[in-house]
Amino acid sequence: MAHPAPGHHAHRPELSHQFETVEQQREAGTLGMWLFLATEILFFGGMFTSYLIYRSLHPQAFVIGSHLLEVKFGATNTAVLICSSLTMAMAIYSAQTGKSKARIITFLVITMLFGLAFLGIKFYFEWYHDYLNLIVPGVAWKYQAGWGTHGPVVQMFMVFYFVMTGVHALHMIVGLGILTVLIVMTARGRFGPTYSAPLDISGLYWHFVDIIWIFLFPLLYLIGGRYTTGGH
Amino acid sequence: MSTVVAELPQAPSESRPNYLTANYGLKSWLLTTDHKRIALLYLVSITFMFAVGGIAAVMMRIQLIQPQGAIVEPETYNKLFSIHGIVMVFFFLVPSIPATLGNFLIPMMIGARDVAFPKLNLLSWYLYITGSLVLLWAILSGGVDTGWTFYPPYSSTYSHTHVVAAGMAIFIAGFSSILTGLNFIVTIHKMRAPGMTWFRMPLFLWSMYATSIIFILGTPVVAITLFLMVLERLFHVGIFDPAVGGDPLLFQHLFWFYSHPAVYIMILPGMGVVSELITAFSKKRVFGYTAIAYSSMAIALLSFLVWGHHMFVTGQSVYTSLIFSVLSFAVAIPSAIKVFNWTATLYKGSISYEAPMLYALGFIGLFTMGGLTGLFLASLSTDVHLNGTYFIVAHFHYIMVGGAVMAFMGGIHYWWPKMTGRLYPDLWARLAAMIIFIGFNLTFFPQFVMGYLGMPRRYAVYPPEFQTLNVMSSAGASILGVGYVIPLIYLIWSFFYGPAAGPNPFGATGLEWKTPSPPPTENFEEIPVVTEEAYNYPGKKAVVGV
Repeated sequence: MAHPAPGHHAHRPELSHQFETVEQQREAGTLGMWLFLATEILFFGGMFTSYLIYRSLHPQAFVIGSHLLEVKFGATNTAVLICSSLTMAMAIYSAQTGKSKARIITFLVITMLFGLAFLGIKFYFEWYHDYLNLIVPGVAWKYQAGWGTHGPVVQMFMVFYFVMTGVHALHMIVGLGILTVLIVMTARGRFGPTYSAPLDISGLYWHFVDIIWIFLFPLLYLIGGRYTTGGH
Repeated sequence: MSTVVAELPQAPSESRPNYLTANYGLKSWLLTTDHKRIALLYLVSITFMFAVGGIAAVMMRIQLIQPQGAIVEPETYNKLFSIHGIVMVFFFLVPSIPATLGNFLIPMMIGARDVAFPKLNLLSWYLYITGSLVLLWAILSGGVDTGWTFYPPYSSTYSHTHVVAAGMAIFIAGFSSILTGLNFIVTIHKMRAPGMTWFRMPLFLWSMYATSIIFILGTPVVAITLFLMVLERLFHVGIFDPAVGGDPLLFQHLFWFYSHPAVYIMILPGMGVVSELITAFSKKRVFGYTAIAYSSMAIALLSFLVWGHHMFVTGQSVYTSLIFSVLSFAVAIPSAIKVFNWTATLYKGSISYEAPMLYALGFIGLFTMGGLTGLFLASLSTDVHLNGTYFIVAHFHYIMVGGAVMAFMGGIHYWWPKMTGRLYPDLWARLAAMIIFIGFNLTFFPQFVMGYLGMPRRYAVYPPEFQTLNVMSSAGASILGVGYVIPLIYLIWSFFYGPAAGPNPFGATGLEWKTPSPPPTENFEEIPVVTEEAYNYPGKKAVVGV
């Protein structure tokens, strides 16, 4: 088989010099993203593990802490993120099936708007009101009388809440940056049925960040049988 | 100027620009995406950090010449051993072989033009540099005194030193490791030249692959752990503080979940280097190729299952300790497989004793001692006696210095002619290797004895009966220091004035020796097609059917 000499294989502008074919480049990028997501699982895994250990040690305090959160905002945000995953997938599908640039960009912009909506709800309706209600550990905090001896562990629950959702929100912000780049690349006509690797790979990241939230939502908001009787 | 060049007849292929002469200027280095240049950037940076950690070690050994402490206050001594540990573990040993030799060699050994993600590779170096600068700032503005392990509640509550900066430095440098590991795995999976099957790959690549798995699975855990510790310190809230229902032992579990595998991040690349050196200087096919390859993967797997042996005396459940003890013993199996296979490779080989081979032989002996003394510490009852003493210090220095640093030095000497295109004075190199071997043993063997006799680690003062052993250790350290300075001098000389090496000065096999030294920027004139295994040395062929 013939292997083109260095410098003679640049007939496709998206092909980096270290690769032989666009297919090889796409496979490398995809594997790289899956490996990155594996590191992310371990990164969040440290927090999930710690959460599970302390929740099994202090179940009641964690329930009290969970009840400080507003389920309606968590549920809304879950719906918002699932919708954003759908529009992300539709953007990728549009590129792969050769739809117009405008269509791809529309889906990407809608995905961004969902992402911004998520952050808006998280920052304003949740964190800002937590701040006003004095339940932000280390920043604005006041022990409430009803907690009794559980007070310190309730604070620990809120530390988990802010660290885990904070790191997740940081990933959302990075995702919005990636989406911005993708919109610019789409506008320049880089994507089509023969080449959509950056879209595919970024989609993996976006879906992963959603999935993290799918785990965070029940663990943080829904424990303690809030809507059933005798759950705890 | 350019017009003059254009009129010249085409230059002969020998004088084509190589990766060092392809372009000039600081910018061409700081913005390079060439894996070979990035390897040299790492080599310079980690050598500097090695010197920083080394200076701390020198001051510790001077302090311990006298029982009451020779030069510094105990508080300063605490900072010295902390700085020594943090710098040497996170900023020298972890990146040492992967980021220099791994970066340089992985694409060349698999017949690729570069790693899969060259820009990410450069970003890794910048993350490493950022982490290093933050750490150097922390050291210069007062230091840190928690030890390299950062155990809370001391680190999160009581220490009055720069714990936050040091923790964040490791956090940042950790992402350098993660991205390097990710890059290597993708490169080895997707960038191999036609015909380069998994079992034709040099064993160095198997060890780098195993190391990279630990990089990407272990490092994120220590990153989040240190992040949580820093949060606890900054905001006085947290999950390791017993006052709020937390458990300091959880920190230790999470910390060692990374930091024990990190030991294999340090030693696995060394094992890979030694596999190359032993075959190259025995001029013989490596014995038990598949066993060595699989043992690297087995070590990577087991490395994640033994962290609890650091916590036998912490109040961990005895049943947990039993399991961790058994699993720790199991690590001895793949390690021994390697040692036996290297030894079998030497058998009836045409052995020559160039400097890299001296390091490799030193590695085998010292690593074996370090490994066997590890079994003392994996046994529950002996660990109670030896934990927290100089026996531990001696044990892990036999692995990390006697193993990892010896392999690093051997690898640098072996591939130096390829990296720079120049030879170094062989006599000086052999002399330095011998000095390092002697100095190392004089430094650390007495520490086994003093540890067994009960001298605790991390103490700035000690009872007078340990003075003889401590003076021996300090004397050895001074010899070891000389041994490290000599190569620094002749290698720098060689870089500028050494005689030309030619493509393959050691007569070794492997793709990296088939290109000019130093290699051109694209490594190969055209992507090679591989038709044979890595260690196809001439000589006795296996006799079949007799």
